[in-house]
Amino acid sequence: MNPSRDHYPKGEELQRSLSARYRNASIWQILFLSALVIAILSLAALLYNVVDGAFGYVAFEYKNDPSEFTAKPLDDLNQQELLDILTANLSSGAFKKLDNEKAMEKRSRSDLHTLVLERLIQIDTKQTWSMTDSIFRSSEIKAEVAEKYPDAKLEFRSWLTPVFLTTPMSSKAEFAGVRTAILGSLWMVGIAILFALPIGTGAAIYLQEYASKNLLNRIIQTNINNLAGVPSIVYGMLGLAIFVRALEPLTSGSMFGVTDANGRTILSAGLTMGTLVLPLIIINAQEAIKAVPDSLRQAAFGVGATRWQTVWHHVLPNALPGILTGSILAVSRAIGETAPLIVVGASTFISIDPDGPFSKFTALPIQIYQWTTRAQSEFHAIAASAIIVLLVLLLSLNAAAILLRNRFQKKY
Amino acid sequence: MQNNQPEIAIETKNLFIFYGSFAAVSEVNMKIEKQKITAIIGPSGCGKSTLLRAFNRMNDFVPSSYVTGEILLHGQNLYGKDIDPVEVRRKIGMVFQKPNPFPKSIYENITWGAKINGFKGNMDELVEQSLRGAALWDEVKDKLKKSAYELSGGQQQRLCIARTIAIQPDIILMDEPASALDPISTLRIEELMQELKQNYTIIIVTHNMQQAARVSDYTAMMMLEKDGSRSGTVIEFSETKRIFTNPKDKRTEDYVTGRFG
Amino acid sequence: MEKENFRPLDLRKKLRPGESIIQALLFIAGILSIFITVAIVYELGKEAWLFFGNPDVTFAKFFGTTTWQPGIGRFGIWPLVTSTLVTSFIAILVSLPLGLAAALFLSEYASPKARSALKPILEILAGIPTVVYGYFALLFMTPLLQKIFGEGVEVYNMASAGIVMGIMILPLISSMSEDALSAVPRALREGAYAMGATKFETSLQVVLPAALSGIGAAVIIGISRAVGETMIVAVAAGAGPNFTFNPFQAAETMTGHIARISGGDLSYNTIDYTSLFAIALMLFLVTLVLNLVSQTIINKFRQRYE
Ligand SMILES: Nc1ncnc2c1ncn2[C@@H]1O[C@H](COP(=O)(O)OP(=O)(O)O)[C@@H](O)[C@H]1O
Ligand SMILES: [Mg+2]
Repeated sequence: MNPSRDHYPKGEELQRSLSARYRNASIWQILFLSALVIAILSLAALLYNVVDGAFGYVAFEYKNDPSEFTAKPLDDLNQQELLDILTANLSSGAFKKLDNEKAMEKRSRSDLHTLVLERLIQIDTKQTWSMTDSIFRSSEIKAEVAEKYPDAKLEFRSWLTPVFLTTPMSSKAEFAGVRTAILGSLWMVGIAILFALPIGTGAAIYLQEYASKNLLNRIIQTNINNLAGVPSIVYGMLGLAIFVRALEPLTSGSMFGVTDANGRTILSAGLTMGTLVLPLIIINAQEAIKAVPDSLRQAAFGVGATRWQTVWHHVLPNALPGILTGSILAVSRAIGETAPLIVVGASTFISIDPDGPFSKFTALPIQIYQWTTRAQSEFHAIAASAIIVLLVLLLSLNAAAILLRNRFQKKY
Repeated sequence: MQNNQPEIAIETKNLFIFYGSFAAVSEVNMKIEKQKITAIIGPSGCGKSTLLRAFNRMNDFVPSSYVTGEILLHGQNLYGKDIDPVEVRRKIGMVFQKPNPFPKSIYENITWGAKINGFKGNMDELVEQSLRGAALWDEVKDKLKKSAYELSGGQQQRLCIARTIAIQPDIILMDEPASALDPISTLRIEELMQELKQNYTIIIVTHNMQQAARVSDYTAMMMLEKDGSRSGTVIEFSETKRIFTNPKDKRTEDYVTGRFG
Repeated sequence: MEKENFRPLDLRKKLRPGESIIQALLFIAGILSIFITVAIVYELGKEAWLFFGNPDVTFAKFFGTTTWQPGIGRFGIWPLVTSTLVTSFIAILVSLPLGLAAALFLSEYASPKARSALKPILEILAGIPTVVYGYFALLFMTPLLQKIFGEGVEVYNMASAGIVMGIMILPLISSMSEDALSAVPRALREGAYAMGATKFETSLQVVLPAALSGIGAAVIIGISRAVGETMIVAVAAGAGPNFTFNPFQAAETMTGHIARISGGDLSYNTIDYTSLFAIALMLFLVTLVLNLVSQTIINKFRQRYE
């Protein structure tokens, strides 16, 4: 037949070359798989690293001995006894200030307990250890503490506690909490969504249902895709220039009679974040609207509906779950964003709950950033705790989005 | 020819092909003669492609599919336990409905299959030989390094034939190879098939009756079974002349004379 | 039904003011995105103009010197640029091979079951806020690098930030590459199989080259993300401009610099303030060009296989 047939391997040789090819293939397959293994390991390492930091031994000393204030062990005191100690030992000015923030009689036992520790006894953290070290090197740690800090107490602590969630900021890691930060994040995200959801949905409706294929609309579409890729810090700069500075009378609230404020408010942050998530919301809403079958629109037009009637009564209700899912994803993006908030001037130390759009604010990721970049290890521990709070928050949001998607998934 | 025993290239025995629980093709028994062109015709959806793709185990890529029965090549069952589908496909090449050259140069389109299959001869010679074999050499010899995508549809399809003959298979399967081409290109492919059959056994699926009549030596007529199972089978298989002039089965007659459906 | 229940038939065109108002509002919502872009360009451009209008700032200084300290009249942009390049380069070095390999595995080898188990992991990785990656870089990756490479690794260093940034970008590269791979038509794979190619030979030698431009688009988007990423570098790469290519040294990137300077109480109309806008404008333009190029490639790629 054809002479070149002789140039292909045959018999034994063919078998050998085939099995070499297969060996080659399986080696590469293992290599490909190992990329995923690395990704999984990275995720595991990240989560482990965070959890590892949030629990562990802490060695601390009391600046003032508890016995100076009470004969009983501190943990056995009841609310009234604690209050008495505070009344007796705090300067009247300090007491008054605390009382103004929240009436002392109304404070819980654990709140008062914290105050006694923070203001009177004054804990001084010497060193902290990670969870792994605490578990596996427990005896070494004990020996080390006994030698280095003979007066110190050693305690295995979970830095993440219910109290951590409900106490405001403090300059001492032991007493700091994320209450103000969580409230700040919620206010900020609320404003962002209030701003971006209606506009984003409107823009998506315009592009999907009204826009003809002309140049302007193509530019709008390309522009939205590009805005989605603009670095978040650039949005921060935009927010700084427009919301914080140019619109200061509005965003500081001075227009509405708020005094003693500048433009670095929750409102500015919320609007900045709203601008940042707007393209995401538009793109997601467009996808949701696209998924509504044309037959539905034709049916509506067929019985004499106007375009808006068709959109309002048929397209939107069917696209709503998709639009909401997209908004939840936008919310989780906004909750995790840090850089724009730094630029528009989140306050890093603030212990008063935000009470409106014109408040100064801090947010969860800002606290994480702040605490991570501190040198002392006890701040890393509360940064880790705050990360866990943030991740749990994001996880629940995503779970909600998935539930929503599955629940309303329509089979057309 | 009629007197001495014809040489068999490939043979099916009691072949059933399933997609999940659905038997797309039922009970096919065919002996396909060597160095002849065998056409498979029939209405669409009757399982022609399924049957053709069973010959080189392309159906393996549909996870739910499996076959029962046997397809024998030189007495070996292609679906036997120790058979390597990769090797089967080297022996039984395939040309598809739409030309699907690789996004590489014309030259590389031909040499790629040779390389992976361990070809040790002279590549330039192989390229020229294969392109000549596919009647494409004169048109492309000056632009071998150009992308295959620059060729016309008909040229691309001949390139696909060239790349198939470069790996020197015994059998070439063609699934409606001209259905995406214009009449002139179709004619060229048909002429090419006549030349190819000097060296190869060709099995071609076509729904163009005239084409089957023009090019093939044998024709297999496929139809959905009468029992309502929507399963296709070969209802008649014989010399093409006979199928078109004196069919045994009434359904074949209706179909080839256009009285079907 | 009674005809009288309906208003009388009148086929003439009617004014529907409600419809028109709604359509106008929707159009405004749509066009707002253009205003956002214009506002970005205008605001960044205006302040950058003021910056370059400052008599102390010259283009020669800006692009010709290597110290950045606007406070004392040093305006050489290079240290910020080089550290941005170094961290981004490391990030791509990590994320491209890993992301591509992951994509190849997912699209060519993994069973549907394995895919649905593995993909969410990448999605989780993509959903983690960057400040958390910053924590991870500073408190995990840096100690790890110090263990491996010893004393030469500074507490703040570009390598650690770059590697973690690579992990962050990995899901993006992987999912975009996977899209590109699965956009390669089945006919092409079948063509390869029909010539006796193994699955591996087909995916690596036919599918991968055919998807190359799509993968290139993924890499470009990845670079754009790396260049614009702030928190990881702000936490882990270093807090001060430093003209160096040594990845184990600390150096501040463009984004890191903006974050640090604007984090303090920055007063308007100072050279510090305007200089940040000049940097931000550069960032915006670079990422814009990268995104546009990537989008163009993807559109071309889609057209080819449609
Ligand atoms: N991948 C597949 N999975 C399930 N069913 C299939 C698949 N491919 C083809 N079929 C079914 O098998 C039958 C035969 O199809 P096919 O072989 O393509 O017919 P023909 O080529 O004769 O038009 C049809 O009923 C078709 O729906
Ligand atoms: Mg077919």
